[in-house]
Amino acid sequence: MSEASIIGLFVFTIRFAVLLYLAALGEVIAERAGVLNLGVEGMMAMGAVSGFLVGLETGNPWLALIAGIIVGALTSGLHALLSVVLGADQVVSGLALTIFGLALAAFIGKDKVGTPPEGTFEPLPVPGLSEIPWVGEIFFQQPPVVYLTALAGLGAWYVLNRTRVGLGLRAAGESAATADAAGHSVVGLRVGAVMVGGAFAGASGAYLSLSLAPGWTEGMTAGRGWIAVALVIFGAWSPGRAALGALLFGATLALEPRLQTFGVDISPILLSMLPYLLTIAALLLLSIRSRNRPSPAPAAIGIPYRREER
Amino acid sequence: MPDAASEDAVLLRGIWKRFPGVVANAGANLRVRRGTIHAVLGENGAGKSTLMNVLSGVYRPDEGDLVIDGRARRFSSPADAIAAGVGMVHQEFRLVPTFTVAENVVLGASPLRIDKRDISARVDALADQYGLAADPTRPVWQLSMGERQRVEILKALWRDARVLILDEPTAVLTPAEADELGGIIRRMADEGRSVIFISHKLDEVKAFCDEATVLRGGKTVAESLDVREIEPTRMAELMVGDAGASVAERPAPHPVGKPVLELRGVNALGSRGLPALIDADLTVNEGEIVGIAGVSGNGQRELADVVAGLTPTTSGSIVLAGVDVAGRPPRVRFKAGLAYIPEDRLGVGLAPALSVVDNAILRSYRAHRRGPLLAVERCKRFCEGLVEKFGVKVGNVDDRIGSLSGGNLQRLLLGRELSGEPRLVLAAQPTRGLDVQGVRAIQQLLVDQRDADTGVLLISEDLDELLTLADRLFVMSEGRLLAEFDPTTATRAEIGAAMAGADGAMR
Ligand SMILES: Nc1ncnc2c1ncn2[C@@H]1O[C@H](COP(=O)(O)OP(=O)(O)OP(=O)(O)O)[C@@H](O)[C@H]1O
Ligand SMILES: [Mg+2]
Repeated sequence: MSEASIIGLFVFTIRFAVLLYLAALGEVIAERAGVLNLGVEGMMAMGAVSGFLVGLETGNPWLALIAGIIVGALTSGLHALLSVVLGADQVVSGLALTIFGLALAAFIGKDKVGTPPEGTFEPLPVPGLSEIPWVGEIFFQQPPVVYLTALAGLGAWYVLNRTRVGLGLRAAGESAATADAAGHSVVGLRVGAVMVGGAFAGASGAYLSLSLAPGWTEGMTAGRGWIAVALVIFGAWSPGRAALGALLFGATLALEPRLQTFGVDISPILLSMLPYLLTIAALLLLSIRSRNRPSPAPAAIGIPYRREER
Repeated sequence: MPDAASEDAVLLRGIWKRFPGVVANAGANLRVRRGTIHAVLGENGAGKSTLMNVLSGVYRPDEGDLVIDGRARRFSSPADAIAAGVGMVHQEFRLVPTFTVAENVVLGASPLRIDKRDISARVDALADQYGLAADPTRPVWQLSMGERQRVEILKALWRDARVLILDEPTAVLTPAEADELGGIIRRMADEGRSVIFISHKLDEVKAFCDEATVLRGGKTVAESLDVREIEPTRMAELMVGDAGASVAERPAPHPVGKPVLELRGVNALGSRGLPALIDADLTVNEGEIVGIAGVSGNGQRELADVVAGLTPTTSGSIVLAGVDVAGRPPRVRFKAGLAYIPEDRLGVGLAPALSVVDNAILRSYRAHRRGPLLAVERCKRFCEGLVEKFGVKVGNVDDRIGSLSGGNLQRLLLGRELSGEPRLVLAAQPTRGLDVQGVRAIQQLLVDQRDADTGVLLISEDLDELLTLADRLFVMSEGRLLAEFDPTTATRAEIGAAMAGADGAMR
């Protein structure tokens, strides 16, 4: 096992973690407002294809990333309209969004499959810090989206826990009638949270097609959106704990193709089950720990709110 | 605006509000003068909460005018009402259990950036100013009902509400806490705020309020009565439409049979993991009503949960109609003949999202089968039978049960539980929050059960109710069942001392 391959493992652990964390962060925001969005996979695919195409067209990775973010937000707007404004079942609407997003992305990108990408993100070494042995190579020679993701995580934590909007958003996720009676607009908060969540999922998709695995092929999200949904639970709906979970889950993804080079003889398929097994274990732990206290899951999740109904 | 109009803090004229199948308000009127405490009275389902929800922007009226401080208003959300100075403490609290007291208080009316220490200090200062003891850093799920009430009032004060609506605030309070609340709202009125106070307890109305408006069937039948000049019996008459004394007479004694419930040395833990029921010994015989008095939070809930099988015992034996049920699931107890009227009607007793029919058959669904399936028509007929027999006011039996008013929920729940010919009726706070007619109907049902040789275990905070109905009486305090009292000879003072002594030791 060479030093380079170990460093490579860590570098890709972080890159995969960023892919999962961006999407999971968006889902944390939506779920904390009380809306389950199972459309993450579809929103990621839409972000990936639109980022890739805008990259081809403009050659500018930032424009491409912004396109992915906007498309992700718009895609999630469909879920917001159906489940928040019209009060449809969140599970059904979210699943439909995944199926729809995957298919639409495949349709939009079908002529460009295999086209060499343009306007991809290159690693951006941080001056000074990137010189540190090991640490510098692992953390500070990454593409810029990696650094931005760390900032986004901090920002999300701050907004959720230290601002009026965040307090209202969490209230909408715990008890919509309470948030409403306190003068917050539950529909506004929930639509906003779902669309910000979609923007994050779109960013995750664009990062995938512009940086982590530049290019476009149908189905390139490969179930990562579902791992992000599991990660939200594993991270107990907290941006901080989800970051730790993302590193753990990212490590399993990074390890998968490297098992052979490390001379470990277990099937990569077993490894790819690990995130889900960990999530189940986390659920068990949470339920044992919290027998007498409220669970960390937002209490109003999945329940549409209509003011005059009771 | 003329002076006379601006003396009114609130003026509601001709308010109509219809729900599918029900007219909740049918041209209701209300006029509240500034700086007064105004009672809104009416039996269950009279439309009190609906009218208050219109005033606080939760419901949009179908018709009618709303004038606040002399200005005509049209609210399209609670935010509008808050902006106009209207604050409401809902019948079911609007609090986020996982938030701290301070977070709940400032929710929706906080600075853009929240500094936890800063808001805690400010909430603490506000609480001190009004003598509303509350630790701002405690999460609300750990608080008692009385403490939650204080948080709700703090919420309204934080927004500087000029009009404060309290929808049945004392239903969850002990008598001492209710008196304290009376003092607090009087102070608020003296500051020039206006308080709307809803209660079924006419003595409270008499003690706390200046004026009263009575609703019946969604209409205002008497407006702005001077509370000092009107007798409680007259208020009760107006509410129900015919005369009726508020306290039932003591029923004639009835011969007692074999034991149906025997607790021996039962211990159980409360929700915080501390011992909440300690060495309980209790026997209930056929044909008697055993009452449990006490300040809430002294183990009554755990006692009920242990008998119903919702909380495990840590030791001791429970024998129900000859069956040892300790450690056995609720189903076994129901089979042995337990009927359970839980304190938390919508949480434990009924499933709010299901229809009235579905709730009605929850217990007896096995009797309404056709093969492996439910016989829908038979279920419906059964339910309609209950609705009629127990006088439940309901639009359509296929509606969600959550749309019934509090009193009607209780009637349906009782009907369902009593329809199975129980051996033991366990009733926890069965008349809490009900109107005069509702209280009497439910009390009569319990007496009827006793006369049919069923054992009744009645847990109540209403001492008058216990003194009238119970054949034997225990006081509960700090998780223990204190000495037995004979309700025909025991004085209120004796029992109150047992309750209060324990209460004092607790704090
Ligand atoms: N959101 C709603 N949807 C449907 N029906 C409703 C709704 N709110 C109230 N109702 C119905 O309107 C009527 C009046 O109910 P309301 O809650 O105003 O009565 P109330 O006077 O407050 O009674 P209580 O003393 O039992 O609280 C009832 O028949 C109730 O079932
Ligand atoms: Mg009411």
